[in-house]
Amino acid sequence: MTSRQKRFAFIGLGLVVLGVATALVLNALKSNLSLFITPTEVANGEIPKGKSFRLGGMVEDGSLKRENDGLTVHFIVTDTAKRVPVTYKGILPDLFKEGKGAVAQGQLAADGTFVASEVLAKHDENYMPPEAAEAMARAKAAKAQSSNTLVIQTQ
Amino acid sequence: MIPEIGHFALILALCVALVQGILPIYGAAVGNAALMSVAKPAARLQFLLVLTAFGCLAYAFAAMDFSVLYVAATSNSQLPLHYRLAAIWGAHEGSLLLWTFILTIWMFAVTLFSAHLPEATRSRILGVMGLVSVGFLLFMLTVSNPFERLIPAAPDGRDLNPLLQDPGMVIHPPMLYMGYVGFSVAFAFAIAALLGGNLDAAWARWSRPWTTVAWCFLTVGIAMGSGWAYYELGWGGWWFWDPVENASFMPWLAGTALVHSLAVTDKRGGFKVWTVLLAIMAFSLSLLGTFLVRSGVLTSVHAFATDPKRGLFILAFLAIVIGGSLALYAWRAPKVGLGGSFAMVSREGLLLANNVLLVAAMGSVLLGTLYPLFLDALDLGKISVGPPYFDSVFVPLIVPAIFLMGIGPLAQWKKASVPDLAQRLKWAFGVSVVSALTLPIVMGNWTPMLSLGLLLAIWIVMTALVTLRERLTHITGSSLMERLASVPRSYWGMLVAHCGIAVFIVGVTMVKGFETEKDVRMNVGETTTIGNYTFRFDGAHDVKGPNYTAARGTFSVSRDGREITVLYPEKRRYPVQNQIMTEAAIDTGLLRDLYVSLGEPLDDGAWSVRLYHKPFIDWIWGGCFIMAVGGVLAISDRRYRPAWRRETQEAPAAVETARRKYA
Repeated sequence: MTSRQKRFAFIGLGLVVLGVATALVLNALKSNLSLFITPTEVANGEIPKGKSFRLGGMVEDGSLKRENDGLTVHFIVTDTAKRVPVTYKGILPDLFKEGKGAVAQGQLAADGTFVASEVLAKHDENYMPPEAAEAMARAKAAKAQSSNTLVIQTQ
Repeated sequence: MIPEIGHFALILALCVALVQGILPIYGAAVGNAALMSVAKPAARLQFLLVLTAFGCLAYAFAAMDFSVLYVAATSNSQLPLHYRLAAIWGAHEGSLLLWTFILTIWMFAVTLFSAHLPEATRSRILGVMGLVSVGFLLFMLTVSNPFERLIPAAPDGRDLNPLLQDPGMVIHPPMLYMGYVGFSVAFAFAIAALLGGNLDAAWARWSRPWTTVAWCFLTVGIAMGSGWAYYELGWGGWWFWDPVENASFMPWLAGTALVHSLAVTDKRGGFKVWTVLLAIMAFSLSLLGTFLVRSGVLTSVHAFATDPKRGLFILAFLAIVIGGSLALYAWRAPKVGLGGSFAMVSREGLLLANNVLLVAAMGSVLLGTLYPLFLDALDLGKISVGPPYFDSVFVPLIVPAIFLMGIGPLAQWKKASVPDLAQRLKWAFGVSVVSALTLPIVMGNWTPMLSLGLLLAIWIVMTALVTLRERLTHITGSSLMERLASVPRSYWGMLVAHCGIAVFIVGVTMVKGFETEKDVRMNVGETTTIGNYTFRFDGAHDVKGPNYTAARGTFSVSRDGREITVLYPEKRRYPVQNQIMTEAAIDTGLLRDLYVSLGEPLDDGAWSVRLYHKPFIDWIWGGCFIMAVGGVLAISDRRYRPAWRRETQEAPAAVETARRKYA
């Protein structure tokens, strides 16, 4: 091989690796992205069909119910405009509290219940999952536009 | 008074840093020895000034001076002294001070261990580090001052985030920053070489130990962060592909590529341009990591937009450092030359493949970390890129790199032959494949991933043994011990670090394949069995800590009727921030961890409980420490030290030539 051919071979190899990496990335992004959805969007039916997504908002005060097995819990996630009932089996994270923000990953069942496979409460300085804060902010903005609805004050 | 002294020390440090960043570089360019000689004392003075500032902040924390805003925000009178001191780096302002402090420590180290360097090179290195320091000092003094006063003073502080009140968190940030900032030395070496226009093998040999030390710190720092997440978050996971973790992992990948690329530049004079690029990349990613974690952009892009001062400063700083160094690179690199030629199949070729794969893996992590931020910033929707993305992209890219890792050390420089390599490795390959296929069946759970993981781990160890054996046959010596002792330490370092990867892979694979997790409701006296271990819940009672109250559960663990240990997991409540914390109880063993954490209290003294059986999980962190030990072995090699002494004598001559060149 001449040095010229060799250089082309190296460049070719580099391009192959780059191509494989790009293909892997695109494929992974297509199947592994999870969209963030607010309760209002769930109510409007704007949800990806048959795909898992993230639901964020505030856990409604007094909505947390525990089944007898001690592990299955039901609660309501709200963005102060719409409410979505959620079911989860497992131990809730420490930062999970009624009246505080929460994000759940899961799918919407046929009866309109959100079946969570994971409830997240990431640690950040304000203890409010960013997506949850976002949901509240969006609902607030929507309300400000249609001012005939009752505004519920949240912190 | 003391905080003002600290503030003033920072201002003085900025002045010194400016002098250190400008005069020596200019001096090196015009060949003025007087200007160049400013670098060393300036760097040492700057170290002392930042040390003073750091000491002042530490004093404010120790004395509970809640008239300092940062102290009031991150500590509390109930907080024990060691956590008050750790609170120095518990939030934004203090971590920046720690960053700068560590940068000056590295500078100080460069002044101590650079007697062998030509004056011009050393001046440029210290000058570049001074400029980096200018950026950080300016940042602190303009938008993020740790000494800002709170008037009137708070009666008590808001306390350190309970998650950070942990011994692991005390050591993790300084270790991580030693790694991050350590790459600034490699970066400064690279920029100095670009400025000076001479990238030779000597340059690579000088910057190699510095890069390896930084890499060791970063490896240990990341491992400690991962260990902290494992026992402190109460989930039992060791890696979440969280942006904060990715921020530290990206510089590690680039740094690993750099360590290998430097080896080629050192031994063969090749890869020069690429090595310089990697040095720039590793440091830029360290800065990016600091930016991601510290600007609040991860919490919310919009929070960043509402208080843009800090974020904009870091973005501008990033743009200047990365843009400036890349511009310099584009301008000067073509003059550097490419170095010796080599065949596709050769040690250089294999190391190049390793580099390309590592950088591609780094790119995929970068994309997965930044993509959601971009979408969010452009208001295109809020998405999250979770672990499945990283698993499905990262693994296929890193697996071939690990496979090549076994072959690389056996291939000749310049040109190797495939049949020859196959001949030498056929036994290692056979043993690896057979044992990787049979071991999982013996252990009773065969999955493709389990076999793949074990195959890679065994492959690394087998090829390391073959490498060592071949090396020994070339050495003449009477006894085996004598011959083992005459293998250079840097060679041992490489073998040990590679075996660290193998240990790490065994940990990851075994945990993934054999872990048992169970969430259960347990009444007092009830038992649950996972993985041959029986856990009996003996109830929970209240205990009081220095700044928290807790419910402490008692779990007796037995196996085959014999009691092994008693575990006491806690559910703590920190009243200052009214935060609940899970304190898991772990029985650590060489072959398995038993992990218990309390969920929530239910009626009649029952609790929901999380029980884990994690085989081999400690091998994950053990592997990282072995890698770091390998790095330490490598830099303790004799070949660096005599080389230094040799250079000392050459140095004056080099300055002479430099002067003549510029005159």
